[in-house]
Amino acid sequence: MTRTRLDPLTLYGILFIVFLYAPILLLPMFSFNDNTFAVFPLKGFTIRAYEQMVAERPLMNALKNSLIVASVVSVMSTVFGLLAAMAATRYRLPGRGPVLGLIMLPLVIPSIILAVALLIIIRQFLDLELTLWTVGAAHVLICVPFSMLVLVSRLEGFDRSLEEASQDLGENGWMTFWRVTFPLMLPGVVSSLLMAFTISFDEYVLAFFLSGIDQTLPIFLYSQLRFPSKLPLTLALGSSILIVSTLVVVVSELIRRRGSAQTI
Amino acid sequence: MAITAGEARSATGKIGDGWRSLLHRHEAIRGYGLMAPTLLVMAVMLVAPVIALVVTSFWTQDGYRIDRTFTLDNYWSLIKPGEARITFLGIPLPFENAVYIMLLVKSLLMSLAATVAVVLAAYPMAYFLAFRVKSHKLTWLILITIPFWTSYLLRVFAWKLVLGYNGAINSGLISLGLIDKPLEFLLYNPFAVILTLTHAWVAFAILPIYVSLEKIDRSLLEAATDLGDSAWDRFRRVTLPLSAPGVIATALLVFIPTVGDYVTPTLVGGSGGIMIGNSIQTLFGRANDAPLGAALSMTMMLVVTLIVCLFLWAIGFRRMKQADA
Repeated sequence: MTRTRLDPLTLYGILFIVFLYAPILLLPMFSFNDNTFAVFPLKGFTIRAYEQMVAERPLMNALKNSLIVASVVSVMSTVFGLLAAMAATRYRLPGRGPVLGLIMLPLVIPSIILAVALLIIIRQFLDLELTLWTVGAAHVLICVPFSMLVLVSRLEGFDRSLEEASQDLGENGWMTFWRVTFPLMLPGVVSSLLMAFTISFDEYVLAFFLSGIDQTLPIFLYSQLRFPSKLPLTLALGSSILIVSTLVVVVSELIRRRGSAQTI
Repeated sequence: MAITAGEARSATGKIGDGWRSLLHRHEAIRGYGLMAPTLLVMAVMLVAPVIALVVTSFWTQDGYRIDRTFTLDNYWSLIKPGEARITFLGIPLPFENAVYIMLLVKSLLMSLAATVAVVLAAYPMAYFLAFRVKSHKLTWLILITIPFWTSYLLRVFAWKLVLGYNGAINSGLISLGLIDKPLEFLLYNPFAVILTLTHAWVAFAILPIYVSLEKIDRSLLEAATDLGDSAWDRFRRVTLPLSAPGVIATALLVFIPTVGDYVTPTLVGGSGGIMIGNSIQTLFGRANDAPLGAALSMTMMLVVTLIVCLFLWAIGFRRMKQADA
């Protein structure tokens, strides 16, 4: 039963959702349309573009690269985020503000600045090759702040007396972590893994500057945008990425928010 | 948050002093021990590259090699006076490489426009979520969160499909018989960039504004009503000022990254809608002049930081936050 009336504000809410989603939903809609251009009127339903997509060798290669990078990044970023979140919530740290500020900094720096700074140090100073590793390192940098935020809010949300009880009952620090803290924060950990995965999987700017011969999926997608003849393929690929990210985000959000009064 | 040694001393006297400071220091050491790997990684991957960027901005490109003698040439070339060949918004720019200054100013203005549009669009939505939505709140929250987490590239590309010459609007209007030939002014201009940036960032802006609205003590609103405020007065005198810190923080979180954006201008901006990020990308790519690119990046960051600091100082943000806490 819904109690919201259709007043101007509710109407705005609905229009807002339409504005937010309508452009994005054009992608899947046109991807199933039997036309080489993304134009109205719609002609007929086809999945030809998706068949082409699966047969496209470089695309599948890029997909594989992206999956590898995103998986490694999500684990690394969650581990680093977890350490920082534990330290920030469990200990009184002098200089806590500036230190957390440093970790959060990649959120406010334009990614192009991060990208060129990393590019310079990798190429000019360290003289390393650009590989998927350099992309992954950059992705860890932008994912850790998100992981830490998610985990801090989870750690602040549960009762510390549970940990104290465990210690009073004779468990050592490690066992307390393993048997009390970790299970309680598991939803936060899963959510952090999934979020970092999507961020890395979708990231374009850092990957553009820092990838070598091996492309990630967004790089491949971008390279196809230039060719009008590749439009159906691009649409199919874009739609697939959208659907997968949406599923991952929904699962992650449901896990994170369930049973807690989390607002962010 | 942390108790300083001085405060601890005055509070506990001499006997407790040694113990307390030891315990305190011990706790800090353990805490930092736990955080060390993260801090180390972030410091190495964030601070070192930024230092490298600064250092490089004082070098010069010499053909395919980089000349590592210290010089201010890159910065000088950005502001070197010269003949005014470029005018921006009717103002002639008397610089030799006026294009960089023009693009920087233009990026700041476009980013500002997008930020204002984002806040104006997000605020009512956040208000709606905080005060009007009673049931299915989780669904609404997830619904506005999803677009932010899905590919930025695809959200920008979607607007190309909407606004393009063969796009959804044009082909839709033609098939409805409203226009004969496609409207060309939709895509490839600064307006398209601002619209796309607004759409790409608006979902991100709702949540922090929503949180600042949700935090407002409802009894304050009741008090305002009881004291005879109309709905509008109540909003203007209670809700808006109390949510202002959240709105300002959100605005900065949108403004700062969008100044350097280059994906959106590249895809929907055309030649008239390019921004400073495009120049930086070109300098590091085709133009192969990393030192000048580094200097331009640094200049952009400094200008943005300066503007943000001036803005926060001008509105007295610190006082506002203290009042809020």
